[in-house]
Amino acid sequence: MTEAPPPKPDLPAASLLGLVLFAGYCALYAGFIGLAVFAPEVMAKRVAVGGNVAIWYGMALIVSAVVLAGIYALVRRAAPVPQEAREVP
Amino acid sequence: MIYHPSLIAIIIFVLLVLAVLGLSVFLARQAQSTRAYYAAHGQIPWWVNGIAFAGDYLSAASFLGICGAIAIGGFDGFLYSIGFLAGWVVALFVVAEPLRKLGKYTFADALDARFHSRGIRLTAAISTLVISLFYLIPQMVGAGTLIKPLLGLPYSAGVGLVGGLVIIIVATAGMVSTTWVQFIKGGLLVVFCGLLTVMILAKGVTTETTWRKGLATEIAAGREPLPSEGGWADKAKVKEDFVRFAEPDGGFSVWKKDGDRLLECQALTVLKTGAKLVGGRPQTDANDLRPVGGVTLAGGSASTGAVSPFGFIDAIADGTVTKWKKTEIAEADGKTTVFHPVTVPGEKMLAPGQGLFSKLASGDWRDRLGFISLMLALFLGTASLPHILIRYYTVKDAAAARASTVVGIGAIGAFYTLTLFLGLAAMVSGVLDPTSENMAAPLLARSHGDIPFAIICAIAFTTILGTVAGLIIAASGAIVHDLVGSLAKRDLSEGHQVALGRWSAVAVGVIAMGLGLACEKFNISFLVAWAFNIAASANLPALAMLLFWRGTTGAGVTWAITVGLLSSLAWVLLTVEAYVNLYGLPKEQALMPFSHPALVTVPLGFIVLVAVSLATKKRAA
Repeated sequence: MTEAPPPKPDLPAASLLGLVLFAGYCALYAGFIGLAVFAPEVMAKRVAVGGNVAIWYGMALIVSAVVLAGIYALVRRAAPVPQEAREVP
Repeated sequence: MIYHPSLIAIIIFVLLVLAVLGLSVFLARQAQSTRAYYAAHGQIPWWVNGIAFAGDYLSAASFLGICGAIAIGGFDGFLYSIGFLAGWVVALFVVAEPLRKLGKYTFADALDARFHSRGIRLTAAISTLVISLFYLIPQMVGAGTLIKPLLGLPYSAGVGLVGGLVIIIVATAGMVSTTWVQFIKGGLLVVFCGLLTVMILAKGVTTETTWRKGLATEIAAGREPLPSEGGWADKAKVKEDFVRFAEPDGGFSVWKKDGDRLLECQALTVLKTGAKLVGGRPQTDANDLRPVGGVTLAGGSASTGAVSPFGFIDAIADGTVTKWKKTEIAEADGKTTVFHPVTVPGEKMLAPGQGLFSKLASGDWRDRLGFISLMLALFLGTASLPHILIRYYTVKDAAAARASTVVGIGAIGAFYTLTLFLGLAAMVSGVLDPTSENMAAPLLARSHGDIPFAIICAIAFTTILGTVAGLIIAASGAIVHDLVGSLAKRDLSEGHQVALGRWSAVAVGVIAMGLGLACEKFNISFLVAWAFNIAASANLPALAMLLFWRGTTGAGVTWAITVGLLSSLAWVLLTVEAYVNLYGLPKEQALMPFSHPALVTVPLGFIVLVAVSLATKKRAA
């Protein structure tokens, strides 16, 4: 009888997904700060459907944080939970 | 402005306080073990923990400070909302799960899991205490400031009441009661702010009508202006901008020149004796400062009627906003502050640069770096705040930690979205107290009736209770589990740890009350921003590198925390704000080029950690 292979460590995959989403959000956040500092006139531009770039971009940062968090939770929920994560210290 | 306590507000506040105290006493039996006291047995349901995250995080600065900042400076205040929320992305994607897996009760547990180093425990404990105290001061100042207008009690009573209540909450049932208080507060805050926003949109935007305006010839006809003398003549701009007329009641009115018009102003004089005069006469109910703020809608329209969220924003963008600025005039017997209207196109108020960050447009590199540094501190500071980090230990496993963070992000994101509407509504509704922007949200609620006002008063206090409770339990854990635990030569028993935790909570609570009484004049938002800067600088480099770099050593972690903590502390104590507000020195003498150090001190923490780890790697191996 052969020994079952040890479960794959959870952290690398989780870290990779988390870090990819984190990097994407960082880029979005940095873009927002860059516009506020170096191109405030772009931020003040009106948008046809209402509001301006600053409001839409700001709201997008808030909504995207919630959406990315939801995506991360769904993907991680579908993945098997390793033993170490189930343990209570 | 003079405030009178509202009976309904007092009743709702007392009921809420009794409910919170009753809950704490009821839960006290569940907090007899160390794990129960500091981590609520690790059995809090993930969805409760998520809302408790919101209750823990949304402090007085978030609720009162941001609404006030938007009401005064438009979009600039909303930048804080964006930064505070963005920080949760770091918490979820980088910190949440590993921290839950590595730690037990405190932030130091996770840092020290690999190294078992006394140095890490000591520095992490000191860092937790410093950050918690910096965060506690503005909460106490907020409590003292609010209680006077809302319940008619003096500043010290507010500090004492909040401090006393929180000591009872934490000392009786530790993290168990703290969690449920934060859950109740977080839920109430988001739901009520949502309801208030619906009421705002249903009411729509109305053109301001309360302020006297007119041509100079109409107002000045047959009247001789008062001579400019004393402080009114010292500065050319004051002499040039303002004109005063004697009024029949014995006082005077102040007007600001605006082309061929005179705009009505308000003058508040605080005498050296402490007495206050409005327009040269004693401040009374009949002679008080009037609320300010308003908008003139485009096309001469009087009101929009009910509007959609973007209809609301567009109505302001298309109109002209009247915001109020102040000019201070030193006089022989005191100081006079003149509050004067300034009209700004609405669309300008909805873009960066009209409030807290008005100097950004100057192009000065110090202002730009200061702004970037602040936004970096808000982004990185959230995931480094000890009272937030310990909440990861109150759920059963890493999956629950992740799920509760997602719920927290949803609740906090919803709240911060609402702050834009609450703040803008306060800006244009003619409800603002010209002397205190922090009162914007309660005063906006009052314009919708006594009951919304009473509810928001009660929520404002529970907001402070929830956050202070989280901070005190974090500090108590750092003292007992990390500081005493690492210094004691033998392990403390469960009973001793819990007893010591309760007494530590009492001690931290008393110290917080003392600091709150001593720091009455401090700026709340500034102190909170300091706490974020120090947390990001001291804790984040160690936490991030421990999780993602195998070369990290115990000495590297210890030195990164030490250097991050000391450098960020030193920086904030050498800024313009510290020189002017703390030491009373000229701002020109300040040594630091901008106010928020994160842009320099966070990378410094990473560099120190890598350098010390590389230097000590062989020894450690």
